Amino acid sequence: MKIVGKGIAKIDAINIATGKPVYTEDLAFKNALVVKILHSPHAFAKIKSIDTSKAEKLKGVECVLTYKDVPNVRFTLAGQSYPEPSPYDRLILENIVRYVGDEVAIVAAVDEKTAVKAMKLIKVDYELLEPVLDFEQAIGHSSVVHPEADVYCNFDIGMNKDQNIVSSYKLEAGDVEAELSQCDVVVEGTYYTQAQAHAMMETYRAFSYMDHAGRLVLISSTQIPFHVRRKLARSLNMPASKIRVIKPRIGGGFGGKQTVAVEPFVAAVTLKTGKPALLVYDRKETFCSTTSRHAMRLKVRLGADRDGFIRVVDIQGLSDTGAYGEHASTVFSVVGDKTLPLYNKTKAVRFMGDVVYTNKLPAGAFRGYGATQGTFALESTVNQLAGKLNMDPTEIRLKNLIQQGESCLTYKNKVLGSSTLDRCIAKGKELIGWDDKYPRREMGNNKVRAVGMAVTMQGSGIAGIDTASAEVRLNDDGNYTLLVGSTDMGTGSDTILAQMAAEILETELENIIVYAADTDVSPYDPGSYASSTTYVTGMAVVKAAEDLKRQIIEQGARFLETAPVDVEFDGLMLQTSDGSRSMSLEKLAELLVLGMGNKQLVGNATYGSPVSPPPFIAGFAEVEVDKETGKVELIDFVAVVDCGTVINPNLARIQVEGGIVQGIGMALYEEVRYDERGTLQTNSFMQYKIPSRKDVGSIRVAFEESYEPTGPFGAKSVGEVVVNTPPPAIVNAIYQATGVSIESLPATPEKIYMGIRNNNH
Amino acid sequence: MQIDVTINNKQISLTVDFNEFLADSLRKHGFSSVRKGCDTSCCGLCSVWIDGKPTLSCSVLAFRVAGKNITTIEGVETEAEAFAQILAAEGAEQCGFCSPGFIMTVLALKNEIPNPTEEQIIHYLTGNLCRCTGYMGQLRAVKTYLGVNT
Repeated sequence: MKIVGKGIAKIDAINIATGKPVYTEDLAFKNALVVKILHSPHAFAKIKSIDTSKAEKLKGVECVLTYKDVPNVRFTLAGQSYPEPSPYDRLILENIVRYVGDEVAIVAAVDEKTAVKAMKLIKVDYELLEPVLDFEQAIGHSSVVHPEADVYCNFDIGMNKDQNIVSSYKLEAGDVEAELSQCDVVVEGTYYTQAQAHAMMETYRAFSYMDHAGRLVLISSTQIPFHVRRKLARSLNMPASKIRVIKPRIGGGFGGKQTVAVEPFVAAVTLKTGKPALLVYDRKETFCSTTSRHAMRLKVRLGADRDGFIRVVDIQGLSDTGAYGEHASTVFSVVGDKTLPLYNKTKAVRFMGDVVYTNKLPAGAFRGYGATQGTFALESTVNQLAGKLNMDPTEIRLKNLIQQGESCLTYKNKVLGSSTLDRCIAKGKELIGWDDKYPRREMGNNKVRAVGMAVTMQGSGIAGIDTASAEVRLNDDGNYTLLVGSTDMGTGSDTILAQMAAEILETELENIIVYAADTDVSPYDPGSYASSTTYVTGMAVVKAAEDLKRQIIEQGARFLETAPVDVEFDGLMLQTSDGSRSMSLEKLAELLVLGMGNKQLVGNATYGSPVSPPPFIAGFAEVEVDKETGKVELIDFVAVVDCGTVINPNLARIQVEGGIVQGIGMALYEEVRYDERGTLQTNSFMQYKIPSRKDVGSIRVAFEESYEPTGPFGAKSVGEVVVNTPPPAIVNAIYQATGVSIESLPATPEKIYMGIRNNNH
Repeated sequence: MQIDVTINNKQISLTVDFNEFLADSLRKHGFSSVRKGCDTSCCGLCSVWIDGKPTLSCSVLAFRVAGKNITTIEGVETEAEAFAQILAAEGAEQCGFCSPGFIMTVLALKNEIPNPTEEQIIHYLTGNLCRCTGYMGQLRAVKTYLGVNT
């Protein structure tokens, strides 16, 4: 292969790096109205009355919208294919507020100062209700977070909203209790994973205006332009054909921008006033009024025989979706989907539990999407089992892992098409120096160094649901335009999709113009989430490019006056097999759009995969713990990745490094805290600590390529799987160093120090 | 009020409010590279140079820069692009939203510390957060750019 597999720089790299005006806010008209949102100061309250008259009278205020001014149609902000599995439990504005930060009113004014001043003039009279703040107390709480009668679910997700249960789920194979009673060893643990903030550098923002044809145009920093269009149409009660969503460059997403955040508010203002409107959430609003990772409690029981074969995996979960049910049931089911297949010497497996509403910030999609939470719980328990059996953590895994060509209890009829996880473990051991360092070394000064590890899997796209389309057009000058509806959030997906098209069409990358995404122009794509872009959209691009290549040869044959089988195409020239006649692609392109009886060529393809092949990672952490303070320093993290064929090693490596740092943040630093009234205390980078350069030690990445038969050029996904191993691997290393089991993230010095003290008493 | 400043070697008169921050003034005047990511002087996205020193423009009142020299990435295009090419070759700009502030700090580091150690590089750049790259690729790029081998 000439282009696939090369570490080519991103096609937009220089312009985004040097600050050119390419992001949403840069593209907003200078005269756009400034939109501000009045957020609820209460965790749970009914709006008895709301007086906007003073605010409306203020000079420069264009409109103030409350629940009285928006359609009474419930919808979900979750960016999922229709019909969405998330409940329709929202209105754009409602007379009930369900968390501190929930939206109460929309203000639009000629400038920011006026908008802020106007917000202060809105008088709201609230009837305070008892909030549900502890997710372990939510089921059967005297307060019901969603008392309204018109919540609607497209599917039966096990909702029992009078009990504050948004979804119940059970996945089971075999008889868990009977098999457990047969096991020689049973270990169990209860793990808590915290809510985590996406903390992408570009906060949420959208800009809207009416175009020349009276259509609503929305420029938004989103991962899901087509879903945004559908959600706006429903929530604003207007035809989708009247809406155009354009996605410019995106300043990071991590799943956060898979959930709609600010778009309905600017759209409502533009529809009301007819004027352009811009809303930029500041960092505090981004922390307080968007979404986070679902916090969960996961009780795990593992049963094994004396030889270390894991026979039973049983996980009981409870997930906190906060005030609204975005991604509630799907994130939860992924906890089981991506943990139960990992070890397949099992005789019985089960994952079950509930997702509950509380009066806190809603949870939503976040890189890893439940697999992260499940991996922490499962892998921590496997490490505990290894300890109990006196086995090396790497050995117990090699003994039990699902292998290429095998199937497992929960995917009985589906065979694993590719895996090099065993090689990933071997390579990771070597890179981190496992055999010399395991389990620990005393360093003097009360410091001890130790290593720990974990493995994980994810998926690639959503099997049988998400379907992507792609078009490749041969332009009049012999170049190509690749049209896709996926979203490059910085990952480099536009570039790797172009690499794939260039490979098929045997051309250079610079001959391919990539356009993504604009709902008026791009073919349908669900958007970039669920680790789907390389795998699902990538396959659509490959097939579209193949379709175009076939047409090029067919049309070439027409001009060369021969049959298509007799035409050879090398990317530049078309010639007959005997070499007697030839023409350049450029000439063909020109002739196809000139004169009479010709046609411009467009390759098309739509692709949805029946399977979601998992990428795998083996993660290894080396930590140094100060036994006097509990402080952990991460010395080294090694990740060895099987993502199938690596389409662009440089971009893939950065994806891995970045995901690992997010996982390190979750393991050690990032902590979401509320006060007793339900107000988020960690609402700035002063309080909510994402890792800085000094917090991450050294991170080393290696690839052990496999070949995924269902993927483009053998590729699987890489975007999400990378965040999963740091929490369990680091916590395992802390245990090896101190004997302290951290069961609730993050692993703060306080928890470790108290654990050391308790162990010594 | 009106202030006279030099921005990217051009004399400019800016009309600013008494409580307006420099980052907002610069954006308002078309310097789109200046980004804000935090409002609490934590993230480094808004870094520009004031009289050659990297400074958080979100935390400097605009009127205080009267008579001073402001440099944004638009004013050091050639150097910025030279480093951006190296960054891009590593794939380490990712979403690019933090890159202008980061690059301004890297160029200042080059001016300020000859032959820095890896530790000095990390220390100098600690105030520039990035949520995409995990920092390793950025470090590789900075080391390549500065010719640091350690």
